[in-house]
Amino acid sequence: MTYQTRVIGAFSLMAAMLLIVGFAQSWSLVLAILNLCLISSIMALGLNMQWGYAGLFNAGVMGFAALGGAAAVIVSVPPVQEAWAAGGGGIMLALIICAATALLVALVYFRLKASDTIRFATITAILVVGFIFYRMLLDPSVDAIEAVEPAKTGFLGGLGMPIIFSWLVGGLFAAGIAWVIGKVALGLRSDYFAIATLGISEIIVAVLKNEDWLTRGVKNVNGLPRPVPYEIEVQQSPFYQGIAESLGVTVVEFSSLFVKLCYSALFLIVLLIIFYLSQKALNAPWGRMMRAIRDNETAANAMGKHVTGRHLQVFILGSAVIGIAGAMLTTLDGQFTPTSYQPLRFTFLVWVMVIVGGSGNNLGSILGGFFIWFFWIEAEPIGLWMMEFITSGMAADNALRLHLIESAPHMRLIMMGVILLLVLRFSARGILPEQNRQSAG
Amino acid sequence: MDLLNALVVLANFIIVPALAYGSQLALGALGVTLVYGILRFSNFAHGETMSAGAMFAILFMWLFQSWGISIAPLPTVLVALIPAMICMIIYLLVCDRLVYRHYRRQKAKPVIFLVASTGLMFFTNGIIRFIIGPDEQRVADGARFVMKAREFKNMTGLNEGLAIKSSQVITVITAIVIVAALFWFLERTKSGKSMRAYSDNENLALLSGINPDRVVMIAWTLTAVLATIAGTLYGLDKSYKPFTYLQLLLPVFASAIVGGLGSPIGAIAGGFVIAFSEVTITYAFKKFLTYLVPESWAPEGLVQLLSTDYKFAVSFAILVVVLIVMPTGIFKGKSL
Repeated sequence: MTYQTRVIGAFSLMAAMLLIVGFAQSWSLVLAILNLCLISSIMALGLNMQWGYAGLFNAGVMGFAALGGAAAVIVSVPPVQEAWAAGGGGIMLALIICAATALLVALVYFRLKASDTIRFATITAILVVGFIFYRMLLDPSVDAIEAVEPAKTGFLGGLGMPIIFSWLVGGLFAAGIAWVIGKVALGLRSDYFAIATLGISEIIVAVLKNEDWLTRGVKNVNGLPRPVPYEIEVQQSPFYQGIAESLGVTVVEFSSLFVKLCYSALFLIVLLIIFYLSQKALNAPWGRMMRAIRDNETAANAMGKHVTGRHLQVFILGSAVIGIAGAMLTTLDGQFTPTSYQPLRFTFLVWVMVIVGGSGNNLGSILGGFFIWFFWIEAEPIGLWMMEFITSGMAADNALRLHLIESAPHMRLIMMGVILLLVLRFSARGILPEQNRQSAG
Repeated sequence: MDLLNALVVLANFIIVPALAYGSQLALGALGVTLVYGILRFSNFAHGETMSAGAMFAILFMWLFQSWGISIAPLPTVLVALIPAMICMIIYLLVCDRLVYRHYRRQKAKPVIFLVASTGLMFFTNGIIRFIIGPDEQRVADGARFVMKAREFKNMTGLNEGLAIKSSQVITVITAIVIVAALFWFLERTKSGKSMRAYSDNENLALLSGINPDRVVMIAWTLTAVLATIAGTLYGLDKSYKPFTYLQLLLPVFASAIVGGLGSPIGAIAGGFVIAFSEVTITYAFKKFLTYLVPESWAPEGLVQLLSTDYKFAVSFAILVVVLIVMPTGIFKGKSL
């Protein structure tokens, strides 16, 4: 089977599965799955840059996705004037002090010519003083902000710009954090890098859960503005009413499908742009250099390639793509819920997508994003059906049968684990294996 | 008198909880370090292994309780540890046979093992939720306290009480016994010595006739025992919730790395370093300081460096500092 038929076959199979769901369950569900498939594909593309091109084990996908989500809030929500008046200045000052402290520490660490003991003593002193000032400024401002209508706002709000800008801003946020973490942890052993990224993602989510002045914490931000029309607008417009009539569906049904389709179109555009750019980069000399570094770091180093520098570059790029996807996800949900960021769902599921799709192959990552998200959603009905089939011989009130049927939703985790292990073992290069130029051309 | 009161406050809120937590982390980190030393990869599934061990212990505890077995005032779950360990040993050996052995034969890169371990993490997590469900389970029965705060006050006549939960005492004692047994095994027995040899220099160990399959088998057995105990003790101390163990992964890894990956003594030291820093930095020192300084200086705020929700940040910060300053950890672990 050639690569081309494989690609066509795999994507047709995916389309067929979506169609089956459409006929068997509902078209609205298909579009909902499709939208999340598109977002998952973008996340997988981002991780594929890091793992597939460069061999970096980023265990912090969740954190970058959450940063993107925070960006959606910060960009789109209108500013809360009372909160800014109450504590905006204090917060800004505190953040400036924070930045100044970090800058001073960096200056001392890199520039001060003195013995290690003196350097670290100075750094500790700067950190302590900076921290005290930071807390002195921050705490009263935070209290003041959170006292402003706590049931409705109680946070600074955002910039009140169209939410679509947040996709870029989310990418920038993620890139910024990736730069910091990459500077610290890249160049260390691969395991250490994995654990460092795991840690930073937990911290990012902890910050988003607890800093109520920023994103309302666990109180969530609801009703984010949309980049697409609202259902009610569609329903009231005579133009769309006409279309709905000619299609033979009710206006309500049409409006819901139409809105979802608008999202799909937006996401598809972003996916295509990122895919095009990734493909370009991968086939450019830059991409060949990345793969050379991945396959033999020592040799690439000997050829004069700056391995850590290139790793930093690709880590930032990949994280930015994940940040963009995170912002898109929050846009689609219309609300920001920090508690929904779970490592299994956001970090390791994306890993399964990349590995199953084919590490190093961009089309593979897209396919993996589709396949795995589809199974993540459909595992529940499949698991339920399997359990009912297995237990069909038992009495209806059998305790074991009830327990098995009740636990069916957890089948999805087991299925994901098994899929990952099977692919890794028997087809380590994934469904669509990486194509190098020699064999492709 | 005020000084004594301050010390009691410190003991009650920092030293006793941190000792128990540190013991749990140390046992967890020992498992990570053993796998790292022998199989040379960071086992991301270790949190779930601990959780699965605790789950088996709870299942057997329910069984024993239904039979009416009780070792009051000690919690029943301690008896259940032994069959739970056996289950976990079998589980890990089967996992090794089905998953890791293939990559070992292929001499795959450590990062491939890492990916495989995330697959097992998914699988184990699903199995746990499937069997016991995602809800919280109470593990402790028997006496809750060794010493209650009120008893301590009556006994000493101080204002402040010192409460010691029985789960904390059991944790620390069990940890000491297990660690002593582990070190005896590693230092004194032939199998233990062959493990250390294999960990230090694989090729040399193979040349001197050490059977690698046996070493790996012993490593998984020890890991299963340690993880079951660590997981159960954590559940006994804080109540068992399946998803908390995934979050325990970060402090456990931080402990192992801070102490030096591959070094058992480092894992123990690392566990206590992480536990004490976490508890100290997230503790509100207001009461403690009020006893020490003159009344007019008494602090208004809580004097809490970080809110308890940022305890990850503490282990992470220590991890980063150690990685920058001494990448091999306190006790000079491996770095490949």
